[in-house]
This record gives sequence, structure tokens and C-alpha cells, in this order.
Amino acid sequence: MLKSVAVAGATALVKASPVQAREKKTAPSNAVGMLYDTTRCIGCRACVAACKEANGDPADTRTPGMEAYDAPPDLNDCTRTIVKQFNDGDQQSFVKMQCMHCVDPACAAACMLGALQKREFGVVTWEPDLCIGCRYCQVACPFNVPKFEWESATPRIVKCEMCSDRLAEGKEPACCEACPREAVIFGERAELLRIAHQRIKQHPDRYVPKVYGERELGGTQVLVLSHVSFDKIGLMHEDEESVPHLQQTIQHGIYKGFVAPAALYAVLGGVMVRNRLVNRTNGNGDSPADVMEATKKEARA
Amino acid sequence: MNASATPAGGKLWTGPYKLLAVMAGIAAVLLIWRFAAGLGATTAMNDGYPFGLWIAFDVVTGTALACGGYAVAILVYVLNKGRYHPLVRPAILTSALGYTIGGLSVLIDVGRPWLIYRVPIYFWRWNLDSALLEVALCITAYIFVLWIELSPALLERWTKSERPKLARFTSITHDFLEKTLIWVIALGLLLPTMHQSSLGSVMMLAGTKLHLLWHTASLPLLFLLGAVTMGYGVVVMESALASSAFKREPDTRMLSSLYSVAVGVTWIFVSIRILDLIARGRLGLMLTFDLYGTLFWLEIGLLMIPVVMYHAQPSMRSNLGFMFRAAFFMVAAGALYRFNTYLVAFNPGENWSYFPAVPEILVTLGLIAAEIMAYVYIVKRFPILGGRTAVAAAA
Repeated sequence: MLKSVAVAGATALVKASPVQAREKKTAPSNAVGMLYDTTRCIGCRACVAACKEANGDPADTRTPGMEAYDAPPDLNDCTRTIVKQFNDGDQQSFVKMQCMHCVDPACAAACMLGALQKREFGVVTWEPDLCIGCRYCQVACPFNVPKFEWESATPRIVKCEMCSDRLAEGKEPACCEACPREAVIFGERAELLRIAHQRIKQHPDRYVPKVYGERELGGTQVLVLSHVSFDKIGLMHEDEESVPHLQQTIQHGIYKGFVAPAALYAVLGGVMVRNRLVNRTNGNGDSPADVMEATKKEARA
Repeated sequence: MNASATPAGGKLWTGPYKLLAVMAGIAAVLLIWRFAAGLGATTAMNDGYPFGLWIAFDVVTGTALACGGYAVAILVYVLNKGRYHPLVRPAILTSALGYTIGGLSVLIDVGRPWLIYRVPIYFWRWNLDSALLEVALCITAYIFVLWIELSPALLERWTKSERPKLARFTSITHDFLEKTLIWVIALGLLLPTMHQSSLGSVMMLAGTKLHLLWHTASLPLLFLLGAVTMGYGVVVMESALASSAFKREPDTRMLSSLYSVAVGVTWIFVSIRILDLIARGRLGLMLTFDLYGTLFWLEIGLLMIPVVMYHAQPSMRSNLGFMFRAAFFMVAAGALYRFNTYLVAFNPGENWSYFPAVPEILVTLGLIAAEIMAYVYIVKRFPILGGRTAVAAAA
């Protein structure tokens, strides 16, 4: 019996899931993005202020000793972008952190009803009506970007949405507009990649010869050029496979067309019906009915 | 189903029962606070550790502890081992209660619970990429399935009622359920297979935040096998406890063969755990005695205790106390594996830390207390437990 179940189950699985990796995702043809260049950034934080204004986010005055200032220590429930300074000996650099708008975002793969997903221009936005606040996006995001309003009884997920409402009006994101040094610029992803490679070519002495986000974790729509190694400015992922790739290959392998679960259900039901018939006709000493009968007899005796 | 099951009877509001009620009451008050003030005020969860005790323990570990119904149903209904049948009702009861508590914990944990009804209803919005969606839908469905599976036992209380209408209604429903239940039971086997494995898939998406000793493509399989060993372990423990608490004569022969099955599945689990590390070329991580290496060995050690006990002392295999201890380690090992995968081996970065806050712990304890209260109430008033009472046996 066990053998026949196993064979039937295995056959169903093999038929249902030719274990092949799912196709690698690519950026949509109209993908937009940002290019941030550490060599141009002076750490003025005009972008942070502009971001808060555009999104209506309050100042973060919670940092101990800094209550008089908007001094968020990191991205948080009222800070969608932040400029940090990294010091390592005589090397130092600013870095602007924000949602990277991945080509194959883990947060979107995680999200149950698709509250977070890639929408117009490949921008990952959040739809409040579809979010139950499970926070799986936070577990999944390799850059720890989505933030949750822990202090609220009616919390939201807070992250950079590349000013999608401004984009709809034909404007650029607030941070790019505010930057006085064009350290962060907005444009089509393909065009930004071209510009980035051109800068590296023109000044090979100035840059680490890599455009971060071109391929890392399957690619991102926010690209970074740096004069210090990327792991020093918090961009430590070097793997070119996206976070969801392996998990999705397995998940979709098992559930492809829902064939395997349906087959398993049919097999289970079939086996149970058969067991019932077998037990009824030949009185298998091990069947539930017989055990019941024996117990009754025992009770009577 | 099992005609020989009878209500245990006896007084309900004993001293321990009142204590449990107090614990549940404290949790209820804390929950009012949680919904009024938000998760930040009442828990230690944060943006780095968005899953805390409630998910890692109440939901992920708790539903595996509630896999007794699943594990026993495989034996009885698929492998046709009718001798285990007296275990079905108590196992289904603990499963129904455990999963209900798991579902409640999700409701408490999510930040925007007023929208949670949309997850099962908004089918046109379902993100089929989401392993968590699969878990959510399956667990929701399984809670209903478990209570339907249990309902004949609950209805039997009234089938011989003195009120003729009630007796007639419950008898008809009862007989209808008995006839059609097989397809519900089949669903009760399919759903845990799906969501217990998907609970493993969920953490695959944690990527590099989950330590490499735990992050593997085998997570779904390991989670499924772990649920089965924990299910058997819990059934053995529960049978031993119930038989002593309610003065039932335990069927040690049956429990002993259940123990053998569980040891077999544990061997498979351990083999896959090790072979997976070899296949991924990560065997070396086992020998790194940092927190993670140590936890790994603690898991393997706990897993192997019941196995070593089984092979080293064959003559003790049907001793109830011996089996209880073995089952305890089996359950503890499975629980630690899950807790580690969801919390301890999860590391979002240096700037983050998490240890459950007092209200979080009290809510978890209160939910467990409520679960035990419901178990005791149902076992005393409804025909769940089989086996003769000690009194009847003596007579």
C-alpha cells in the first residue's frame, strides 16, 4: 500500500514539476531609476529634507541627545532616504540609502496580496488596501528597506516609492530634484547605466570599476557608483542571483498548475476509500472497524 | 469513528484550572493594550526582527506541535493501521486547538488585522509567488477541516439527548459526517503537507539573513518531516499525560510502535540535514563552534537522544515513562529547529537585536493556558479519550 502511494505520488510530482529554474527576471523596457555617485555627494542631506517634504513624513526627533533636530539614525518609519557617512581609516564616503527598486524584488515575492509590487516604470510601490501588516517583506528584503510604523495602532509600511505620484505628473523624484551636485540623478535605467559606465571610463582612477545594481541580486533600478569598495558603504551583496530565484523555482516547481496537490488529494482520497472497502470485505484485523468491534466485545465481556 | 471513547467527567474548576484562567485573563488584558497602543509598545519586535515570539513560537512551532492529528491520520487512514484509531480523537482535538491558537496568534501579530479577511477573499489579488499566502490559506482551511473532523465527537454528546429534536438533528448530522468525512480527512492530510512544507519555503526568502546551516532548498522537506516527528512525539506525550491525569489505562504497545515510526522518520530527517550540508559544500560550518555551530549540534543532539534511547535499550521501548522522555526530546528537537530557523539563526545585521518583551511572553503563555483549558473542558465533557478507566478495569 505504502509503495503504491509513493509511486503514484512520485509520478504525479515528476509529471507536474520538471525541475527547471524559473526564467531570470529582467527590468521592464520603460524602467526608470536613479544613479547615485559617492564622489559627487557632499552629505548636505538636501535630499533627505526634500524626501520628507514630498512624502509628508514627520521629523525624527527621537534620537537621544538630538531631540532638537531631525536626526534619524537610519531608514525608519518616517525616513525613506538617509545619507550616512562611512569612515575607514583615511578613506571616507557618504552614501545615500533608500529602496533599491530591485528588478526581481524579494518584498514583492513575499507579499501575500501584492500590496508591494513593481508597478508603473518598474517602481516598487505600496498599496495600503492590500497590506495586512504581516511584515514578511521586511524579513525578505536583502537591504532591510521596508519599515513599519511600530508606534502606531494603525501602522503602514514606509519605503521609498520613487515619488511615484510625482512621476505620474512628469516630475522627477524629490531627492533628485533637490540635489545641488547631481550626486543623485533620475532617468531611464538603461540611460543611467550608460552614463555610469561612461564616468568609470573617463575617470578609472576615481571609481571602483563596477556599477552596483547592474547585476547584483538580479539587478536593481537604483544604481550606485563608488570610490570605496561597496561593502564599506553597506552594499555587501555580490551574488548575482536574485533572492527569490531559488525559492520561487522550488515553490513553483511543487505547485505548478496545482497538479501535484490535486493529484495528492485524489491519491489520498482513493487510498482511504480503498482501505474502507478492503476492511469491510475481508475484515483486515487491523482496520478501525475491527478494532472498534474488538473493543466493544472486550467491554461486554 | 471510535465508539469506545467516553467523556472523562469530573470537576472542571479545580485549582490548576483557575490558575490557567488567571493566565488567560492577563493575556486578554495585554491584548487590549496591544490593539490600542500598537506592536511597538507591547513587543520587542523591530524593523530588523519583524517576526518575533508570536510567529516563531505560537504559529510556526505551535502548529507543528499540533501536527499530532496529521501524523496519526497518516497511520490510520493512509497506511490503514487501525490499531492506532483510539489516538485519532485526542490527536485531532489537540490539533484543532493548536491550529486555532496559531490562527489567533496571526490575528494578534499582524499590524493591520482589520484587513486580514481580504487574504482568503480577494482571490483575484492572490500573489501566487508568496509562500506565506499558501501558508495563510492552508492554515485557515485546515482550522475548519480539523473542527469538522472533530465534530462527530462533539455531536455525540447530544445524540442521546432527552430533547428529541436536538437528538434527531445531531444524529442525522453525525451520520452524514461519518459517511462523508473521508474526503474531509483526505483534505486534512493534504493541507498540512502543503503548509508545513511551505513554512520552510517562507524562510528561504530570508536569503543571506538566514545562516547557511539553515538556509537551504531542503527547508520545505525538512519542515514537513519535522512536523511529522513532532506530531508523533506530541501524541506519545499527550497519551501518557492524559492517561495519568484522567486515570485511563494507556495502550503502551500502540504507543511503543508509534515511537518506532517516529525514530524512523527522525533518521530520515537527520540524514537529509547532513546530506544537504554535504551537497551544498557547507559541512565545514558544522565545525565552527560559534553560536550557530553550537545550536546546530544542540539540534542534532536533541534529535538523536530519542533515537539512541530506542536503539540502546530495546527492553524499555514500551515503558511509558521511557517513551515519554524520548518523546519529549523529539518534540524539543523539532521545536528548536523551527525556532532557530525563524528567529535565532536569522540575523538582519549588526545593529539589530531581539529578545521577547514581557507582555509578548505573557500573551504566549496566556494563549497556551487558554488552549489547555479548552482541552481539559472538552475531554471532561465530550467523548474524546479511549481506553478503559482504571476504575472500570479494576471492576
